Amino acid sequence: MEILLSINWILLLASLMVAATPILLAATGELVVEKAGVLNLGVEGMMIFGAIAGFAVGVETQAPLLGFVTAAVAGAALSMLFGFITQVLLSNQVATGLALTLFGLGLSALVGQGYVGIKAPILPDWNVPLLSQIPVVGPILFRHDLVLYFSIALVAATWAFLKYSRAGLILRAVGESHSAAHALGYKVVRIRLLAIAFGGACAGMGGAYISLVRVPQWTEGMTAGAGWIALAIVVFASWKPWRVLLGAYLFGGIAVLQLNLQAAGLKVPVEILSMSPYLITILVLVIISADRSRAALGAPAALGRVFHASE
Amino acid sequence: MKRRTLLATGAGAAAAAAMGLPARAQTPLKVGFVYVGPVGDGGWTYQHDQGRLAVEEQFGDQVETVFQESVPEGADAERVLTQMALGGAGLIFTTSFGYMDPTINVAAKFPNVKFEHATGYKRADNVATYDARFYEGRAVIGTIAGRMTQSNKIGYIASFPIPEVIQGINSYYLHAKKVNPDVEITVVWAYTWFDPAKEADAAKAMLEQGVDVIAQHTDSTAPLAEMAKTTGVYGFGQASDMAEYKPSPRISSIIDNWAPYYVKRVQAALDGTWVSEHTWGGIGDGEVVVGEITDAVPAEVKAEAEALRDSIGAGAYHPFTGPINKQDGSVFLAEGEVATDEQLVAMNFYLEGIKGDIPS
Repeated sequence: MEILLSINWILLLASLMVAATPILLAATGELVVEKAGVLNLGVEGMMIFGAIAGFAVGVETQAPLLGFVTAAVAGAALSMLFGFITQVLLSNQVATGLALTLFGLGLSALVGQGYVGIKAPILPDWNVPLLSQIPVVGPILFRHDLVLYFSIALVAATWAFLKYSRAGLILRAVGESHSAAHALGYKVVRIRLLAIAFGGACAGMGGAYISLVRVPQWTEGMTAGAGWIALAIVVFASWKPWRVLLGAYLFGGIAVLQLNLQAAGLKVPVEILSMSPYLITILVLVIISADRSRAALGAPAALGRVFHASE
Repeated sequence: MKRRTLLATGAGAAAAAAMGLPARAQTPLKVGFVYVGPVGDGGWTYQHDQGRLAVEEQFGDQVETVFQESVPEGADAERVLTQMALGGAGLIFTTSFGYMDPTINVAAKFPNVKFEHATGYKRADNVATYDARFYEGRAVIGTIAGRMTQSNKIGYIASFPIPEVIQGINSYYLHAKKVNPDVEITVVWAYTWFDPAKEADAAKAMLEQGVDVIAQHTDSTAPLAEMAKTTGVYGFGQASDMAEYKPSPRISSIIDNWAPYYVKRVQAALDGTWVSEHTWGGIGDGEVVVGEITDAVPAEVKAEAEALRDSIGAGAYHPFTGPINKQDGSVFLAEGEVATDEQLVAMNFYLEGIKGDIPS
């Protein structure tokens, strides 16, 4: 108990939001991609490419927000490579996605050679007027940078888009049955390309959040598997935006918490603390998905299947 | 490109063999390096790659170097090593502790290829081991940490619970305590060699607990980037100088200088005098270098640390000299007793005064 009190929970909760944001951004993007029936395993590659693109432009212009915009464009551009190969040339999505990850890692290392050891411009925190003055809640929720707020807004927007908008329904239709959507006259390939580009942009921004805010510096391979975590969270969240938020915050939160507990000297074996982010995130998301028998059917029916208009 | 080179080499060797020519002088020795992180990590792997470049510089056409970066420790390493050996490498350096068993396994299959494993303890006729006495450097930065801390809380970002890391923690703590009896150490196990975001989080967690001087045993510069956000906290370059964070938070560093060793061993392989042995160089051999102590450190502390460095380098002082007790209070070294290398490579306990348990 004494140890739990020795942790500064306000700082901890605030830093868990920061720790979770890269995964949250990437997972939200991937969710839309998968809802459109495309499995893009290249999230890690797009993230790391966004990390260096955002970092490079952020450093050159000293404008971190411009870095984020560039990262989004760079991620989307890289994803279009995947889009072209899988949607136009009809290649296997799993293999292409894996290749995209390898390509992104290599390309970012090449681009980043001149950026090792340079300090990033600081993205200032924006204290929300009035709200940030609330005791406890203010420092936790309302003293962050703009990109963090944007990531939460993005989840809300994605949720509303998929649930209520006509375009969102069409996107889901494409992901459930591309033949039916095609028969109804929707441009399956075009819709999927747009979804892939959105996913790439989000992954790129997620990567830039690591290189510009969370760490902040450029190091080769610095995403260190965050893209794979994002992919897993989409599945465990059964393709629901708010559960993606929950999953990302749980994972990011426990990852930070376990380090804090170690630092505070909690008498729990470190091995257990180290695996706790993975275990607890999976457990919680599985449990909240378990109450419906159709949980396993949360996956878009056409996920990963190749579409050609001649079908 | 690589495959073509390989085919050409193979064809050349076959032709030479067919004509009964001695193949030795014509074919360069292929030297392979297996890295645990990317060469651009700015730390551990970067320094090994500097060693590789020194070998190229020194021997020119006599050698050809190949490397593979970000190789996971475990089964993947075995595959990479096998490929390197099949690709014609005559000498292979495996540069992380976790490559120990893969190196031994692959070496058994390729008795004519020489292997060198860094920081491990398993050897064979064609497997040598090499390591650096990082704990000597830790003693120096521990001294600085003990003097610099205001909160009397110093931190250590540990990677894996292996003897090399535990030596580091113990040496760092022991020497901080020597100059500051009130000092307490916080150890966080990151369970990774390289994960910038996690390393930064570990530093952040300790800073939030009031720790103000942090040493790291992980490979990236991320903890220093995290410390740079706060004033009045200090850290140290690890493996590489990490000079970009001078003069603060980086107030000194422990630099691994592998180049002389690599050059020496490649020379031995070229001369045919290579034998399997264990090399453990320290400050005195130039293998461990204490990086510049910046002006953020008061002059008398700097002088004290440099005196310690020089006395270790000259062999006058061993960082583990008794009386030293183990965490449980039992005697590790009696008064005046110096730890043997066997004791050090088997070190699996904290020293007296360190709280917490080492994960098993």
